Amino acid sequence: MYTMGIDIGSASSKVVILKDGNDIVAGEVIQFGTGSSGPQRALEAAFEKSGLSFADMTKVVATGYGRFSVEQADKQISEISCHAKGIHFMVPTARTIIDIGGQDAKAIKLDKRGTVSQFFMNDKCAAGTGRFLEVMSRVLEVPLDQMAEYDSRATEVVSVSSTCTVFAESEVISHLSNEIPKENIIAGVHASVASKACGLAYRTGLEEDIVMSGGVAQNAGVVRAISRELQKNVIVAPNPQIIGALGAALFAYDEAMKAQ
Amino acid sequence: MSELEGMTAKQKLAYYQEKMYQDALDGKAKGELVCWSSSIAPCEFCEVMGIHMIYPENHAAAVGAKHGALAMIELAERRGYSLDICSYARINLAYMDLLVEEAKTGVTPKELEECPGPRIPLPDVIITCNNICNTLLKWYENLAVELNIPYIIIDVPYVHHWPIPEYTKEYIADQFEYAIKQLEDLCGKPFDRQKFIEVQEQCQRSVNAWDRAMGMACTVPSPLNGFDMFNFMALIVCARAKYAAEDTFNTLADELEAKAARGEDAFKGGEKFRIAWEGIACWPYLSHTYKSLKSLGCNMVGSTYPGAWSIHYTVGNMKEMGAGYCKMYSNTCLDHKVDVISDVLTSTSSTGITYHLNRSCKLMSFLNVETAEIVKERTGVPYVSFDGDQTDPRNFSPAQFDTRVQALAEIMEQNKK
Ligand SMILES: Nc1ncnc2c1ncn2[C@@H]1O[C@H](COP(=O)(O)OP(=O)(O)OP(=O)(O)O)[C@@H](O)[C@H]1O
Ligand code: SF4
Ligand SMILES: [Mg+2]
Repeated sequence: MYTMGIDIGSASSKVVILKDGNDIVAGEVIQFGTGSSGPQRALEAAFEKSGLSFADMTKVVATGYGRFSVEQADKQISEISCHAKGIHFMVPTARTIIDIGGQDAKAIKLDKRGTVSQFFMNDKCAAGTGRFLEVMSRVLEVPLDQMAEYDSRATEVVSVSSTCTVFAESEVISHLSNEIPKENIIAGVHASVASKACGLAYRTGLEEDIVMSGGVAQNAGVVRAISRELQKNVIVAPNPQIIGALGAALFAYDEAMKAQ
Repeated sequence: MSELEGMTAKQKLAYYQEKMYQDALDGKAKGELVCWSSSIAPCEFCEVMGIHMIYPENHAAAVGAKHGALAMIELAERRGYSLDICSYARINLAYMDLLVEEAKTGVTPKELEECPGPRIPLPDVIITCNNICNTLLKWYENLAVELNIPYIIIDVPYVHHWPIPEYTKEYIADQFEYAIKQLEDLCGKPFDRQKFIEVQEQCQRSVNAWDRAMGMACTVPSPLNGFDMFNFMALIVCARAKYAAEDTFNTLADELEAKAARGEDAFKGGEKFRIAWEGIACWPYLSHTYKSLKSLGCNMVGSTYPGAWSIHYTVGNMKEMGAGYCKMYSNTCLDHKVDVISDVLTSTSSTGITYHLNRSCKLMSFLNVETAEIVKERTGVPYVSFDGDQTDPRNFSPAQFDTRVQALAEIMEQNKK
């Protein structure tokens, strides 16, 4: 039996196809989110990879900001529950999740069954999110996937203190014009994202294991900064960006079993 | 009275609200006095004096609910008011400016013409009580200074300890007497103490009818939907001293009792979850927030807000009346707030709660971060917080709200198991 999870976020679209609630036969990411061609392209990629089609899917669950735009979905479930479900599947010992996506950062507290007991999300503000990193990557002229590498060479963490993304951008520009090495500025940018995420994470009580999901978890610089700030070990979920879609596919499997 | 016969509570609400605004406009035209009052200041004194009452917070909420807030807010900001100031204040200060301009020039400014909220007359006197917040003090002072009219302040001390000490009650009672003196000077006539007793009695009857109607939300499933609670609140604010409030709330309570007796709930059998809402409504998004919760089967049955006007006191006792206005929930310490919210959750059998982190209302929002955690610890009831604003439409994101409340519903569902 095949089930599908679709996570249409603000920054990217993710599709996971699951066989018998256990094997990931496709886990595709397109870096365009809700309102773009991303969802369609992610679906096409998943179908191509698996050789399957919608007709093969017993159930489909959609999540993310664009969850109500998926016609084929049998059910919509919030990203909070989906990330919890996906993480519990990948890392059963997880008790705290930090998910940083394009526009949302969340900290989720799990109980032993892997269900959500409380969650905290960022304010209506782009500070501490993936978009913030995207803006910084542009002014620094360092691609997102190289930010971690720069960070690892930093000799000092330069302060980037403005909460406002626009002001932080001009802070970074002035650091650049003062000829501060990009490595050190990037470490500062990561520390700034980390401090926002940790503000949410602290409120969960920080029970271990602490696991990260979402696109930003692919940035080892942010992960290091979070770990440093919390003074705790932080595990990055395997393939962190598809965790929400994986959770959705697992819920779809539960739905299919219920229907039987 | 015949006009009112057979009217539903909703019809009465609309009828009385419109009548009050019209009476104030007509009265003003005839040279009668109009007072602008903060929403939980004592209304009893002006009622005795026959002064028409207008409540700027309430009026601003109505402007917001009818999607007229942004035009007023932008006008206020253009005149230099910071966007960090409470949006009720920004709306009202802009509105006052427009009324003044109209009075001076005889021409109705375009923004006033187009404002979808009810028309209100300019005031002759201002009354504020700082039992809600201290923003009010400066906002209303600003009105009084700009219009050069008397400003009556009732200063109530913050309640750190229970019971409310005698000296606090005496302090407030003395201010009541001074307010009476100020009104006597303004009106040029003595304060009628017999009428005062009658007005106090009316207030108590209105409050009892309000409690009776709002208490119906405790019935499981609830015949009352909490967003109606927000709507009916207009009359407990504006007409506590009038039969209008008592009449409407008793009609509402009768309707709800009949509905409950028939086993009906507010969602036609669709009440899946019962939740509480802490903080002011998002007026510009009232319908969005209502529909979003309804689509999840969440009936908002609990709110601390209606209780704020449940002001009981012994008629004829100035000190008790002072205490009544002092113990308003936002004028009390964190521990008491936690008690009040926990009681709301228990009495309404709510299994979830949403906290509105209201950008306008620092007093409620800043405390709620802490309050939420203590209430969760004490009751085990899960919560979500969302960013918003009672009337500034720029500070609320519908999609973020939807995600948060859906996750709350999922937690409540899982807690059922
Ligand atoms: N290869 C990469 N290396 C580093 N960071 C990356 C990489 N790919 C994506 N990101 C980061 O991940 C972010 C997107 O994360 P994700 O896909 O989880 O967001 P989303 O689910 O669409 O957003 P949201 O959940 O907030 O709606 C981007 O903004 C970017 O900062
Ligand atoms: S700050 Fe809050 S309590 Fe004060 S007037 Fe504004 S909304 Fe009301
Ligand atoms: Mg996401």
